[in-house]
Formats: sequence, C-alpha cells, structure tokens
Amino acid sequence: MAILTKDEAQAILKKVLSFSTANECEATLTGQMGGNVRSARNAISTAGAVENVQLNVESRFGKRSGMATCNEFDEATLRRCVQRAEEIAKLAPESPEYMPMLGPQQYLDGGKAYVQSTADITPDYRAQQTAASLQLCEKRKLSSAGFLNDSTGFVAKRNSKGLEAYQRATTLEYSVTVRTPDGTGSGYATADYNDISKFDAGRLTQIAADKASGSMNAKAIEPGRYTVILEPAALVANTDASLLQALMGAMDARAADEGRSFLSKKGGGNRKGEKLFDERVTIYSDPTSADVPDQIFANDGRPQKKVTWIEKGVVKNLYSSRFWAQKAGIPDIPPPGGWIMEGGTQSLQDMIKGTAKGILVTRLWYIRPVDPQTLLYTGLTRDGTFYIENGRIKHPVKNFRFNESPIVMLNNLEAIGKPQRVGGNMVPPLKIREFNFTSLSDAV
Amino acid sequence: MKRREFVGLTSLAAGALFLPGFPGFGGTPVDPERLLEGVDPALKKRLADAALNAAKSAGATYADVRIGRYLNQSIFTREKQVQNISSGESFGAGVRVLADGNWGFAATNTVTEAGLAKAAQLAVAIAKANAKVQKEKVNLAPQQGYGEVSWKTPIVQNAFEVPIAQKVELLLTANAKALENGASFVNSTLFQINEQKYFASTDGSYIDQDVHRIWPTFGVTAVDRATGKFRTREALSAPMGMGYEYMMPKAADKIAGPAGTGLIGYKNSYDILEDAALAAQQAKGKLTAKSVTPGKYDIVLDPNHLGLTIHESIGHATELDRVLGYEANYAGTSFATLEWKAKNQPYGSKLVNIIADKTQPGSLGAVGYDDEGVKTKQWDIIRDGKLVDYQKIRDQAAMVGQKESDGCCYAQSWQDVQFQRMANISLKPGTQKMSVDDMIKGVDKGIYIAGRGSFSIDQQRYNFQFGGTVFYAIEKGKIAGQLEDVAYQANTQEFWNSCAAICDESDYRLFGSFFDGKGQPPQVSAVSHGSSTTRFNGVNIINTARKIG
Repeated sequence: MAILTKDEAQAILKKVLSFSTANECEATLTGQMGGNVRSARNAISTAGAVENVQLNVESRFGKRSGMATCNEFDEATLRRCVQRAEEIAKLAPESPEYMPMLGPQQYLDGGKAYVQSTADITPDYRAQQTAASLQLCEKRKLSSAGFLNDSTGFVAKRNSKGLEAYQRATTLEYSVTVRTPDGTGSGYATADYNDISKFDAGRLTQIAADKASGSMNAKAIEPGRYTVILEPAALVANTDASLLQALMGAMDARAADEGRSFLSKKGGGNRKGEKLFDERVTIYSDPTSADVPDQIFANDGRPQKKVTWIEKGVVKNLYSSRFWAQKAGIPDIPPPGGWIMEGGTQSLQDMIKGTAKGILVTRLWYIRPVDPQTLLYTGLTRDGTFYIENGRIKHPVKNFRFNESPIVMLNNLEAIGKPQRVGGNMVPPLKIREFNFTSLSDAV
Repeated sequence: MKRREFVGLTSLAAGALFLPGFPGFGGTPVDPERLLEGVDPALKKRLADAALNAAKSAGATYADVRIGRYLNQSIFTREKQVQNISSGESFGAGVRVLADGNWGFAATNTVTEAGLAKAAQLAVAIAKANAKVQKEKVNLAPQQGYGEVSWKTPIVQNAFEVPIAQKVELLLTANAKALENGASFVNSTLFQINEQKYFASTDGSYIDQDVHRIWPTFGVTAVDRATGKFRTREALSAPMGMGYEYMMPKAADKIAGPAGTGLIGYKNSYDILEDAALAAQQAKGKLTAKSVTPGKYDIVLDPNHLGLTIHESIGHATELDRVLGYEANYAGTSFATLEWKAKNQPYGSKLVNIIADKTQPGSLGAVGYDDEGVKTKQWDIIRDGKLVDYQKIRDQAAMVGQKESDGCCYAQSWQDVQFQRMANISLKPGTQKMSVDDMIKGVDKGIYIAGRGSFSIDQQRYNFQFGGTVFYAIEKGKIAGQLEDVAYQANTQEFWNSCAAICDESDYRLFGSFFDGKGQPPQVSAVSHGSSTTRFNGVNIINTARKIG
C-alpha cells in the first residue's frame, strides 16, 4: 500500500481526525517505494528495493503539543495512535512559540512532479541502464562506479482546522565516476529527473569517461587566485554540501535578525533589500517549474509559491518560521525545496572559448563551513580539473583545496552559462575571477 | 535531497530545520511508553524463518534477514524554551539474498510472514535481474551459525525511561548557565538512540541485540552587536554507547585541561552545566581573541578534537571498500592501497599505534555481533607507524587473501542494506608518563586546539583542513591566551609522521562521530575514537578571517 491515491489517503486521515478529542489535531501520511542499483569496479555491488508508509499525528491542548506515529492502519491502531499523541500533549510544557494550526490553504497544481513511467520502473530497467554504463567502460578499458536510485512517494495532510493537502512525486537520480586503471584519471557526471524518458546512463557515462581519459597525468600548478569555470555539479551537489546550497541555507530571517548570519546588520536588523551580489545574480523558487517541479506545500502545511530570493544582486526575501514572521512583522515564507538560478545562453564550450587563462572545475567535494560570519567554506576539486589557455583546454591539473565564500564568489562573476538541472535545482555554469585555491592535493 | 538534509543533521548550526531526512528523526514521532515495548524473540524467529525459507525456495544460496525497531528521541532547546521533542520509531524488516552469485535486497514495513516472504522473493528477483549483467560472483567468507544468542549495551540507566521533563530541565539549566556567563544565544540538544535488532541467517544464527547510544551537545553563541561579530563555542561532550548515566557527572571522570585554559576533559560522564558556563566565557573570549598569524606551529591536540582527525585521515583511509574502489562514486577511494601497503612505508611516526575495535565498553561502535552475524573483535591497523591491516566484511575478506570478516558490517535501519562501516579506530596512549601540562612545557611556539570545528579532506585522504572550537596560543611552554581564525592544513602521512609525543593512559578519552555518512543511498553510523592529548610538530596553520561587503 506504499503509494496511496488522494482519496485513499484522505479517507484514512478523516478517520484519524474523527478519533481526536484535542483542541487541534493534524495527521500526515507519507509513503514511498523505489529501488536502487549501486556499481563499482565495472560490476553491480548492491541493489535493493524499499517500501514504507507511516502516519504522524499531532494533537494540541492549548499551547501543549504531542505527537505519535504508527505504520499499521487498522481502526484499533489508529485510535491508539491518536490517544497516545493526546496523552503526550497533556504532559508537554507550554510552547512560548505556539502558533495555531493552519486552516484551509490554496495550493498550486503539483501534478508535474509525478510521472507514471518513473513510478513503473522495474529491477530489469535498473539493471539494463547500469549495464549500459558498465559495458561502455569495459570497452574503453576504464573502471565505472555508479548509483541509480528511483523513488515514488506521496504526502497527505489533514487537520481539524480544515487544511487538506496531497501531492505525489517521482524522482530518479544517477551519478557515475569513471577512473582509469592506473588511477591517474577520474571523471564524473550526474543528473536527476522526475521523468525517466530523458534518462540515458550511457550518455552520462560517456561524459565521465571522456573526463577520466582527459585528466590522466595531471600537472601541478601553484595554488593561488585563478579565474575558474565552475560546472553546475561544482556549485550544487545532490549528495553533499555545496557553495550555492550553503548560501540558500543561510537566508533565514531569524538568524539574521538575531545577529548571527552573514545577513545580520551591524547594530541590529538584517540586510534584506541590500545589493550584496553582482547584478546578474537572480535566484528564485517555483514549485510548478517544468524543469524542477517541487513540493507545493512545506512540512508545516504552508503553501510553496513562486518566491524571488535574490533579484539582480539584491536580497529580496528571507524565509522564516510562522512564529518569527508574526513576531517580526515580516512575510511568512517557508524555506524553498529546489530553486532556480537564472542564467544566460552560453554553453560550457562557449565559456571555455571566451577564457584566456583559467581552470575548469567539474566537481567540488567535502565542502564544510569555516566561518559562518563570512560564509567562508573549504573543500576540494575532484574528478576532472583542467587548465584553460586561449579558449582551449590545455592540460589536466592536480586537484586543489579552496577556501572561498559564495558571497565573494557571486561578486567576482565574469560570465553565466545556460542553467542545467542538478539535485532538483536549475544551476548555470559560472565563470568566477580570483577564486581562492589555498593548497594542492595528491588525490585523483 | 536526503544527503542535503543529512548534512544539516551533522551541524547543529543548521538547527532543526533540516531534520526529516534521517530515518526516524523528526519523521516518525512516538510516545516514550511505546519505545519500551520489545518484540517477542519467538515471534521474530518465526517471521525470520518465513523470510529465509521464502528466499531459499526462490533460489537463494544464502539469505539473512534483519527485523528492527529503531527508536530515537531528540530534545531541542534554545535559551529558556524547548524547540522540539521528537520521539521516533521505525519498524520493519530487510532481507538480503545471494542468488546466481549476486546480492539482492528488499525491505518492507509489512512485518508479517507473508510480507517478509514477499520481500525475500523480490530480493531474489533483483539478484537474478542483476546476474544477467554480472561477470564475477560474490565470494562470501564462511561464517559459523551461533544459534539463538543475544547482546545488550551494558547501560546503567535506559535514557528512554528517564522522564522527558527531567531531561528538558537539565538542558534548560545548562542554557541558563551559559546565559548567566554572558552567552547571547544557546542551543542545546540531547540525542538518544535505541536499536532493537534481530538478525537471522541461513548460516543458523538468530541474534537479538539491544543497542543504546546518547549524545548531549550544545552551541553557545556570543554576539557583539556594535561590530556585527559573532562566535560560537561547541560542547566538549562526546557521543557515547551508554545510557543516561553519561549525564550524571562524576569527579573521577574529569581530567583537568592545560593550566590557564579552565578546560576540563570528560571520560565516562559529562558535566553539561560546568561546560556550558565555560563555553559562554570562551565564546565571549573568541570575540576579542587575537587573530592567528599564519605559519608553522607545533600543535597540541585534545582528544575531543584529535578524534575527528583520526576518523578522517586513518579511519576512512583504511576501510577496505574504499581501498578497493567500491566507494569511488561517492566517499572516494584511499591512498593506502594494497600496493602502497606492500611498500611498507611509514603511515606515521613510530609512536603511532592504531587499533580497530568493535567491543570497547562505552564506545559507539560496540556490539556483540555485526549486521551480517559476525562476532565482534579488536585488531591492529597501524603498528609502530606501519599499516598492518584494513577493516573488512564477509564479501571482502577473500579479496585480500583472508578467511574471515572483521565484523564491521552495519545498516542504519531495517530499510537500508548493510555494508562495511568503520569500527572504533583509536590511537594507543603513550607508554611514558606524561600529562598535558608536561607536554605543553616542552612547546616553544605552538597552538592548543580542543573540540570540533570545520573539517574537510580529499577523496583519497591526502590533504585535509581542520579547525576546532577553542584555540590557545602556547608560548615558551605556557598557555598565552585565546586565539581565533585558526585552521591547520596538512597531508595525512606528513602529519602522522610529525607525531612527536602522546600523553599517557590517564589522559585517554573517547571522541565520537554520531552521524558519520557513507554509501549510496547515504547511511549514517556512529563510531568512537579514543586518544590521549598528542603533539604534532611543524604543522601549517592558516588564518581563516575574511571580509565581505
């Protein structure tokens, strides 16, 4: 029963609410099913499938709240689950940040997030796509390690104030690292989709394989400040922290107002409305985007709408909790799921052609905060780093460690390319001057 | 998306915003009463047999099943209030099979004989689908069956049985201590984990285990509104494989830090009130501390800091799956390849002795049996500076000419497939009597570093950069005030070869990583690293201060 329809889910939720004796009650059903194949050394290493459905119940008496869960759906279990939530609520301390549950909400159409053919993926489909990657690498005498993961899920919500929400979604993510047998070359490619008709593991493996072959026997050049072209996978990762995600994750109004964010103002307040980035920087979120359809409601039931976060370099909106929005008298905006950075029309090749001297970076790795005051992050280049001279890739270079802030980076913008989808976001390749490489790494 | 949320979990600075990614955390709240209900082992055996029999009937040559109830409770507070109390439960079963020489895995929350049989059949179908594209078959090290056995973390007090109100009061009192001592903000958290897991395999094992872990922690922030500067000092607690007894401080577990710092090291119990008060004073000190002059320094690393350096530069580098290339697409590989090991080059100085351990009491990694039914043990990784062995599981042993697993296979929940995870990896204490003050006396120009800070290392474990939570200058053998903007950048082998002195056993403490990420889909595991305070000579220090517009 992993994926319930709207009617099936709401029928269970209605029954749950009928058992409530609390002042307020909210019930949420989530379910997922999917599978994955992991490969390494040109062979499949692990493969699996998973399904799960669970119910969360939150009950409130005044400003006291309690939660309970179950994953069986007979009437007795559901009734017990509600009773437990109510028992905990009666024992809980009053919350000084209590906000009443939301009433009925208007949500955008979230239908684009679900594609039936993705929901219908079979173990054979996963094996065949993986085989295409393995065979290509075997033929080219390279070694492939990859991961294919597909998931179909739904979330349904209903509360005693009349809120009713439902959405289902499908996703497939794939990534592949190709290495040369002597260990001196490595390349990477990644992509993610709601609709698998666009997915071709062989095509992505080809990109990674070319980078692996091309990055053999890299030359060491001195660390320092260089013009770089950061590919989208170097700006956002679907599997790790990243520079642009770090920026978007730091746009919380409360942290800014409390004086512990790069958006805090000296003497108090926040920097909303200030121009902090190059005027070509515009970032927004849109749950109905055809490229990256996303959740139409946040975990607390607030609608996700189209929101502009940064426009022409100016900070336009910060997200916040409902409590903080009311206290500070600011718009009540939940944090986004995915987001879209506007770009230009240049391809990556065009950007390389327009570069006299620079470094092309495929991917950044192990990115960790060094100083939250300046959003300074450290990390390393990985899986394909190349020196560009007079508009052409001249030779591979050894990997670097960087210490850089996305705020500084988005002020040192030279060019923006055409956005591509990465990790549920749309991200253009960026050409940045004076990117700060602080040491060399022997890692390949 | 999952990984992004997981990354949030590892950093308290991100708060509770990103919590729902980890199974159970935030997603499946339950009341404490239910957490204490166990599942009857006889029922679990019947369910397990249904899965194993279905797998064999469908063509599996080997099968194991893990029926697990994974419980957690997390209490989040800030200043004078509770932000969130999340009690989570996740119950279900995962079936792993070998069919046609390949692995298949399926997991379900329908924990009935029919549900488990269906999962077993799906796992076999997956294994057979993949067999069509495979060339090599899995070579599984033989493993004796243990029959019906059990193991339990030797806790004194089950943290889940302690009333929530009592735990909340302790955290809020710690917050009050920090505020009294000048903190602008304080976030404190108590994580508690209980894995009730039942493993059965076609080898004839039926293993019932009850595993407990706990982690109290906080971040204390001082803000100077006039300058717009803010600094945070994190807790010096360690996550432990213990019950609530860790929260009850004992004088015998306290070790004085270097004279002039006020720091205290904690062994098997933690004084959160004392640490919160000191943290506030040190956070304020960080606002006006001298910014470090970059260059070469002798650094003295507290065990609560050094544990993470051990974790990243030795623990991960000696995992055999990385060495062989199984993690190439995500966590990366390792410089410490079989060829590198064969050259017998020094990993570190002769003082460096590293042991792997899955049995150490109080450690996060301690279990009786791993998640593929292997009894746990202790073994050497680095002896007198030389790499002597790796960390491996059943399907890897034959690849390095060995006959048995080291017992370090783990899955974060019933719905994830088990794979090789890090054992507790610890540095043996020095054999000569030496306190931290004895060590500092011999340092002319140095820096003392305690606690967790920024940490980053490359995908083959050569180049790393680590910060800490509190730094002190050492000048002519004495502590000479707080420092800021400190990070050290080094190469793993150069760094461990610069190891010049290790304090004795009386200074030995465990550090822990509660949410260590690895694998695809990403899974977390918890692991401890023991050490005594250690000195490294001539390490490159950088200054991390920057200006933004």
